[in-house]
Amino acid sequence: MPSLGADMEHGKVVEWLVKPGDYVHKGDLVAAVDTDKTVMDIESFEDGVVAEFLVDIGDTVQVGTPIARITATPAELPPPPPPQPPLTSGSIFPDARSPLTAKEETPAHPGAAGGHPEPGAKVPPPVRHLAHTLGVDVGRLSGSGAGGEVTRADVERAAAASGTWAPEPAKAPEAHRVRSSPLARRLAAELGVDLPAVTGTGPGGAVTEEDVLAAVPPRGRPAREPGADKPAEAPPSEARPPAPAQATEPGNAKENVPPAAPRQERAAAASKAESLRQAIGALMSRSKKEIPHYYLATTLDLAAAMAWMQAANQQRPVTARLVPSALLLKATALAAKEVPDMNGFFTRGAFQPSNAVHLGVAVALRHGGIVAPAVHDADTLTLDELMEQLRGLVSRARAGRLQRAEMADPTITVTNLGDLGVESVYGVIYPPQVAMVGFGKVIEQPWAHNGMLGIRHAATATLSADHRVSDGLRGGRFLARIDELLQTPEDL
Amino acid sequence: MNQEDARLAVEAAIGKVAPDVEPGDLDGTARLRQDLELDSLDFLRLVEVIAESTGVDIPEADYPAVATVGGLVEYLAGHG
Repeated sequence: MPSLGADMEHGKVVEWLVKPGDYVHKGDLVAAVDTDKTVMDIESFEDGVVAEFLVDIGDTVQVGTPIARITATPAELPPPPPPQPPLTSGSIFPDARSPLTAKEETPAHPGAAGGHPEPGAKVPPPVRHLAHTLGVDVGRLSGSGAGGEVTRADVERAAAASGTWAPEPAKAPEAHRVRSSPLARRLAAELGVDLPAVTGTGPGGAVTEEDVLAAVPPRGRPAREPGADKPAEAPPSEARPPAPAQATEPGNAKENVPPAAPRQERAAAASKAESLRQAIGALMSRSKKEIPHYYLATTLDLAAAMAWMQAANQQRPVTARLVPSALLLKATALAAKEVPDMNGFFTRGAFQPSNAVHLGVAVALRHGGIVAPAVHDADTLTLDELMEQLRGLVSRARAGRLQRAEMADPTITVTNLGDLGVESVYGVIYPPQVAMVGFGKVIEQPWAHNGMLGIRHAATATLSADHRVSDGLRGGRFLARIDELLQTPEDL
Repeated sequence: MNQEDARLAVEAAIGKVAPDVEPGDLDGTARLRQDLELDSLDFLRLVEVIAESTGVDIPEADYPAVATVGGLVEYLAGHG
């Protein structure tokens, strides 16, 4: 269980994105983990074959607990099985001696036709593919097929022997693997519903939780309504659908179920918001306890930036329009690159500046709470790229599904509460980061310039920074740099 | 587009952008930012969804006119 943020202590595996026997590369997504904050996809840190899962779906474990075993592949292979006499293999694979196969082999291995197999000499492409999938080194296998050809069975035997793959009995369920949501799988397990027997009505025939509920015999259903996992917090009247008289008629079972789903979702969302609130509280308490914050504010002159953006947007279709936040974020990223004391982590009593600028963006969630995932390398993105990433990030954050890296590594965070109306916001630093930038509402205000009074767009920018790393002079330079960068928006 | 069609289009678009907003909250005076808590990205998405569904492209200069549910309905009824 990797740490998905400085404040994360435990995580719950909610979905496996791979299965035992799959070959995974470093960086491949392997599982979805629910933290107090959001659901995140986590990646493998190793190359190898998934040997087994060490935790079940729904298990909550401490950070650092192994959740799956990945074996390095060819090195762990046992000695190849002894070659089998051609006669035996002939009886197992009657087709192998068909004239066509024999003819194909002849040019490649003239000697093989004489019944003296050359171990590992020939591997048909499908078998080679299987071997790759299972992480078996075909070069070390001796083939049991006609003319020493390495067969599927050889590969599977080798894989099974190395513990990376379970042969037929375990594979059988795989053959009719049912598409289903994690929630449906968990429900099915709780209710004792045989998932493959359920007809799916979801996308691509996937089994949904409604399908599982509909498959429960009527008298079994009431038992689960109060629910084993979530609805404990919800009053029974919320979690339970109105119990209609026809509930005992199987034919109507399906119609009775749907009302439960939105209610359960709401109850789940409420408990999610609750745990998120606790996580935020704990992290912010820690921040205020450990980090000696200092605070600065300045007014950004946004006349040039807003004029440029409005002109640019006039030429653009709505799908490509920019919002002021994109300009503010880009200017912040560039300034953070130039003033390294704002960008990095304070850990184990020392500050490690970061070369890359991964800009955390505080996203308010609709059910309450915030998450602050990162736009990676924000200083190197064009405004359009930044805009696209921002939209994606916000929608993923709101949908409650982010990737591990997005949550784990912002090097500085921006909160843009001005978007919702306030004029200034002084943020609390996210440990182990050392600075938090806040932007207030973009408003028109009277502005004195060269002895003249005019009206300009402006916004208040604030900085909360860590006194263990920097002081007001450096912080002030950082804010001033953001303002300067915004005077030439075309260069952002 | 008549008022009723405009109203349905606005409700559908808000439902898509902010699924958790209760339909009961969508009275004419509701402000999109302050009352429905749409931020600038949500608002942009709303404008986008409305352009797709009704063909009415609201230029940025007209944003102040569509800051409320009622304003948005009027705007669509007048331009659609």
